[in-house]
Amino acid sequence: MTIAIVDYGAGNLVSVKKAFDWLGQESVITSDPAQVATAQKIVLPGVGHFASTAALTQSGLRDAISHAIQNGVPFLGICVGMQWMFERSQESPETPGLGLFRGQCEHFSAEVKAPHVGWNQLEVASTSRLFRDLPAWFFVYFTHSYRASIGEETTARSDYGGAFSAAVERDNVFGLQFHPEKSGELGLKLLGNFCAL
Amino acid sequence: MLTKRIIACLDVDAGRVVKGVKFANLRDAGDPAEMAQAHSAAGADEIVMLDISAAHQQRATLLDTVRRAARQLFIPFTVGGGIRTLSDAAAVFSAGADKISINSAALADSSLITQIAERFGSQAVVVAIDAKRTDGTARWQAFTHGGRTASGRDAVQWALEAESRGAGEILLTSMDRDGTAIGFDCELTRTIATAVRIPVIASGGAGGAQHFVDVFQQGQADAALAASIFHYGYSRVSELKQELGLHGIPVRWPC
Repeated sequence: MTIAIVDYGAGNLVSVKKAFDWLGQESVITSDPAQVATAQKIVLPGVGHFASTAALTQSGLRDAISHAIQNGVPFLGICVGMQWMFERSQESPETPGLGLFRGQCEHFSAEVKAPHVGWNQLEVASTSRLFRDLPAWFFVYFTHSYRASIGEETTARSDYGGAFSAAVERDNVFGLQFHPEKSGELGLKLLGNFCAL
Repeated sequence: MLTKRIIACLDVDAGRVVKGVKFANLRDAGDPAEMAQAHSAAGADEIVMLDISAAHQQRATLLDTVRRAARQLFIPFTVGGGIRTLSDAAAVFSAGADKISINSAALADSSLITQIAERFGSQAVVVAIDAKRTDGTARWQAFTHGGRTASGRDAVQWALEAESRGAGEILLTSMDRDGTAIGFDCELTRTIATAVRIPVIASGGAGGAQHFVDVFQQGQADAALAASIFHYGYSRVSELKQELGLHGIPVRWPC
């Protein structure tokens, strides 16, 4: 049972891999669309700029991910990986997202410092499969400047200059704005829940 | 609500944690991987590991130490010391660091900040500023090479440039307070924290809970870093956080 950690040349994927290693889950960091297409689960991490997700389209990874999702393969987007699941982001309006969720990601209001860096509180909806057996609220680690607003698919919210979507979920697709791989034991439990889907 | 971060710092020399007073008279304090684990379990929000000998001895950060410490650490982990190029940084990231901290090399060539930020994201780039007060003034100068060399740069101006070059955070150490346990330099911290838009981590001088309250309230720090008060059991992170909670400082507790 292999989890494909999608490498599109942006950022550092070692931390996510390390978390799956610790959980005893086989995972592979890959930029090969064929390998992504045959994976049992797909994780799209992402740090850095939304524009870097353009590489997903050019490399064929976008199509591989899209087909896998249609076939019911569980997909998890983390940070910019979650933002890419929306239609677009203010950070790079010309770069299309995957459009799994409606709307665009927007910059934090000027009232608060950006990026939003540190441990903030999550408020979790009881209906989430990903948050199964986790507390109704707990702290997780964020580092980002853009965020999605609250919508129908929001399963956890956080507050920084107003409420925003910290987690989204529909059927087999999941997005986390924070870093579960950097959020201590509860973050690992969350990744464990994804592995168990 | 976004909480104030308490960061445990491991100053490492030759693979061992040490902590000096004003950058000298180093004492041995333990194994880096074990201590990183212990601090995480006690409630530290983040771990910073600084290879304090690296810059002046011109040697690479001990990647093995980083790898060993990172393996079981699932909170943010920053590594600094001796990172001079993009490939030095890449090696530290592949060993398991989430962020790198640069000081001397960034002052020598600030485009290094941009290079690393473009490849790994701004959130992964911490610019460390060792600031020393010019006697009798509210001005500070940035120092390099473990506090040995005056850069001639004003610390506030340098912080602003680092931000514009792509730094994601500033790790601000008061050289005057480092290792003294008499409290953070709140004036320095506030001056820089209000000048830049990125988070500022205050460092140097932590001796007790009240010092953290002061640097968060008066200094407007986003995070505070300490080393020796945690290493020698003067104060556990968990006790410190309970104390901060009583003073109305938002902290991640229980963890």
